[in-house]
This record gives sequence, structure tokens and C-alpha cells, in this order.
Amino acid sequence: MTAIRELFSYSFVIYALLGGVGIALCASLLGVHLVLKRFSMLGDGLSHVAFGSAAIALAAGVAPLKISIPVVILAAFLLLHVSRNGKIRGDAAIALVSSSALAIGVIVATLTTGMNTDISSYMFGSILAMSRSDTVIAVSVAVGILLLYVLFYQKLFATTFDEDFAAAVGVRVEGYRSLLAVLTAVTVVVGMRMMGALLISSIITFPALSAMRVCKRYRTVVITAGILSVVAFLIGMAFSLFLDMPAGASIVVVNLGLFLALSAVEFLKKRPNLS
Amino acid sequence: MTQIRVENLTAYYEKNAVFENLNFTVEQGDYLVILGENGSGKTTLMRYLLGLGIRFTGKISYNGFSRRQIGWLPQRTETQKDFPADVSEVVLSGFSGKGTLGIRYRKESRKQAAAYLKALGLSDLKNRSFRELSGGQQQRVLLCRALCAADRVLLLDEPVAGLDAPSQNELYETIRQLHRQGMTILMISHEIDRALQDATRVLHLGKEDFFFGSSEEYRESDFQSRTKEEGS
Ligand SMILES: Nc1ncnc2c1ncn2[C@@H]1O[C@H](COP(=O)(O)OP(=O)(O)OP(=O)(O)O)[C@@H](O)[C@H]1O
Ligand SMILES: [Mg+2]
Repeated sequence: MTAIRELFSYSFVIYALLGGVGIALCASLLGVHLVLKRFSMLGDGLSHVAFGSAAIALAAGVAPLKISIPVVILAAFLLLHVSRNGKIRGDAAIALVSSSALAIGVIVATLTTGMNTDISSYMFGSILAMSRSDTVIAVSVAVGILLLYVLFYQKLFATTFDEDFAAAVGVRVEGYRSLLAVLTAVTVVVGMRMMGALLISSIITFPALSAMRVCKRYRTVVITAGILSVVAFLIGMAFSLFLDMPAGASIVVVNLGLFLALSAVEFLKKRPNLS
Repeated sequence: MTQIRVENLTAYYEKNAVFENLNFTVEQGDYLVILGENGSGKTTLMRYLLGLGIRFTGKISYNGFSRRQIGWLPQRTETQKDFPADVSEVVLSGFSGKGTLGIRYRKESRKQAAAYLKALGLSDLKNRSFRELSGGQQQRVLLCRALCAADRVLLLDEPVAGLDAPSQNELYETIRQLHRQGMTILMISHEIDRALQDATRVLHLGKEDFFFGSSEEYRESDFQSRTKEEGS
């Protein structure tokens, strides 16, 4: 008990928890949409672009967020557009963009600052290094996404379930697609600080996939994904704080554990009763 | 009263015209069946009527309503096969165009959805998972969603495709009843004889030209046999 009280007296722990819960929540909500649209690789692609642009920003001595956010938003629009209209398939386009961005980031980093701790913190995350302003950004992004999700819930459902039908009844599908792209981009950039570029995409996809193992309604999938994501984050953080495990990786492993557990539940439920 | 008037409509994908200079009108209370072989542009025509077409020349005008008030039952796709949603969520999304902010739909919307569910015999299924329903039940649910969006006109794209004979009959019967209650119906079908039983008008998209007229005129014309010969 005293250990816990002591932990909370450190402001960096508070920042990490606040910002982390926010990002975990956003990532899972956006993940439901991306997974159902079979576009979950978008998070992965964008995270590599985020890393590449952060490496360039560090080399240039600029605050990484200032460069990364616009670059990643641009990449998100590009990938969405290509996957819908282009001659290259969406997943192939993402693979190209993602590895190229990573390669450029690594080259720039090696030639300038070297693969120092700053760079590796963007690769693998350093949630306990989140500053006050990082936290403020993460929490405001989270509140914004939650609000948009609740306000436009009906349109988001319609667009996710059947984009053509939604457009036919007058939902501005293009607008929502862009909105979701921007939100995903921002979540990835802000979340990269906490989870690392290599791991952020897993907190986008895992909670949605896990929730879908056991939930049959859209509304319960959304709520369950949000809860699972926050729970996985908190357990992962506990591992990190008490057992000195790396935070980002622990969160992913807890997500994996939840996914396997819920898959088992699904399997047992579906198995015919042979009594 | 003329509800929809299509004048000299030419539809394109890229640079290829799918059909050219199409002219027809839809009167209130019509039951128009749209025929034509695979790839003749039937689905494309419906998308244009719904405002989803990208490039076209010609004119489509709607009289007394907006195209947003058309209900649409799309041709079946695979994408929704594993989508987690229950029947009432799917049906209510028919109102999403006129929807409100927030999670809950308007009270009138929910009432109306319940009435349509009842009319289509779906009340018992409303909490079931959409992906766990049979093909016929899913079509019925999507028809119910179309009704929620429709005020006067329903577009049905091969509604009975893939259903067994009893489910087909049931669905045809439901559509006939909706038509009797005053709904204008536009239905794409490949089963000419069956469709002609209920239809009041026929639009047949051929390779070079098209036929538009009443079902009697269509039966008497040689359009059907002519396109068949062209095809062979
Ligand atoms: N998205 C698209 N991009 C390019 N061409 C398309 C597209 N959709 C349809 N087409 C082409 O337009 C033509 C008409 O297609 P459409 O789907 O309207 O036919 P249909 O009459 O509905 O056929 P079916 O009976 O098989 O449903 C076809 O030649 C098709 O190849
Ligand atoms: Mg078609």
C-alpha cells in the first residue's frame, strides 16, 4: 500500500497514467472501425511514418510533434485514397510506405544524432518520460475522440456497416472517412511516445479483435473494446512499475493474454454440448 | 404523378459508357422491374438514382421528394458476413441520414422501426446477431432497413438472389404488399417470368438499346427474344 502511495506522489507516474488511459481508449475505439473495415494495417503504416518523421525532426532540432502530426495526417489521407482508387492494393501500399518511412528514419538518425536514447524511446516507447505537455495533448485528444464518437455514433455505425447505403441516405461518408483518418493519425503520433512506434498499432487492433470474440452487438463491442484496452494498459503499467518490465511491451503482452483468454471463451461457447 | 424522370442518361466507369441515352419515367405507385443480363448496368443505374454515380451526362429529376428519401436494398455483398451487430442496430441505421446527435435514435424513429419489424415478421429476431441469421432473414432485415429510409420509393437490387423457393415467395409477397400500400417499387431481377407477374412496368437494358413500357407491351414485344439471340 505504501509503495503505491509513494508511486502516486511522483508526477511522472500520474502523467503516464492519465495520458495512457486516454490513448488506450482512443486507440481501441478507432480500432473497432479500422478492424471492421479490414483496414487495421493503417495504424501500423502510420506508426512507421510517425517514427520516420520524428527522427527527421530530432535531427533538425525541432519538436517532433510539430513535424509528425501533419506528416502522418498527410500519409493517412494518401493511404486511404490509394486504397480506394489506386491501382496498388491498400495493404501493399501500406507495406511500401511503412518500410520506406522506417528506413528513412533509421538512416537520418544514424547519420545525425546516432541511434541514441531519444530515437530508441520513439521506437519502443518511454511512457514514464511523458512530460506535462505530452499528457495535456494526450488527454485532450482522448476527450475529443470520445466526444466525437458519442455525438456521431449513428453515422459512424452506418458508415462502418455499409458505406454505400450510408451515402445513399445522406450521411457524408467522405467527411467521416477523413475525420477517422485524422483521428487515427493523431492517436498514433501521440501514442508513439508512450508505446513506441513498433508497438502502437497493436493497441489499436487487439482490443477490437478481443471484444469481437465474445460480443455480438456493435455497441457492446465498442464498450468492451474500450474497457479491455484500459484494463490491459493498467495491468501492463503495473508490470512496468513493480517488476521493471518495459511498459509498451508489457501492455501488448497483456492484450495478447486477454485476446487468447477471450478466444478460449468463444471456443468453449461454440463447442456443441456433447452430454 | 411522375416521381422520377430520367433523361438521356449516359453512365461511365473510367471512359467506358455502361449504357447510353437512357430515358424513362417512374410514376407514383409503379412496380417497375429492371431486367438485363449480367453487366448490363442495372446496379449502376440504381447507384445513379441514389446519387452515388460519379460521372454521367443527362438528367435525373425527382418530383415531390428528395433522393435521400429513397430506400435501397443493395445487391448482397460479403463484407457484412462477420460484422458484429444485432438486428435492431442494422434496421435503425436506415434512419442514420436523418439521425440525431448522440447514441440513441429519436423516439419516433424507434417506434417506426418497431412497426416495420413487426410488419416483416422480424419482431422475434430483433435482438439476434445479424451475422447468425439465414440468408433469407438477412435480406428481410436489410429490406426493413430500406423501409426506414424510404418514404415513397424502394429500390431493390436482386432481393431474392440466393434464397430458397419458400423464402423467395415470402419476400415477393412482402414486396407486393408494400406496393399495394402505395410504395413505388423499382426491382432488379433475373427471373423474368416471376417478376412480370407483379410488375406494372418493365425496363430492359439491352446491349445496344433498351426497352421501356408496361408489362403487357413487354410481353407482346420481341425485345426479350431479340436480346437472347444477340447474346448467343
Ligand atoms: N466500380 C466499377 N469500376 C469499373 N467498372 C465497373 C464498376 N462497377 C461496375 N462496372 C462495370 O459496369 C458494368 C455494369 O455493371 P453493373 O454492376 O451495373 O451490372 P449489373 O447489370 O448490375 O450486373 P449483375 O446482373 O451481374 O448484377 C459492368 O461491365 C462492370 O464491369
Ligand atoms: Mg447488379
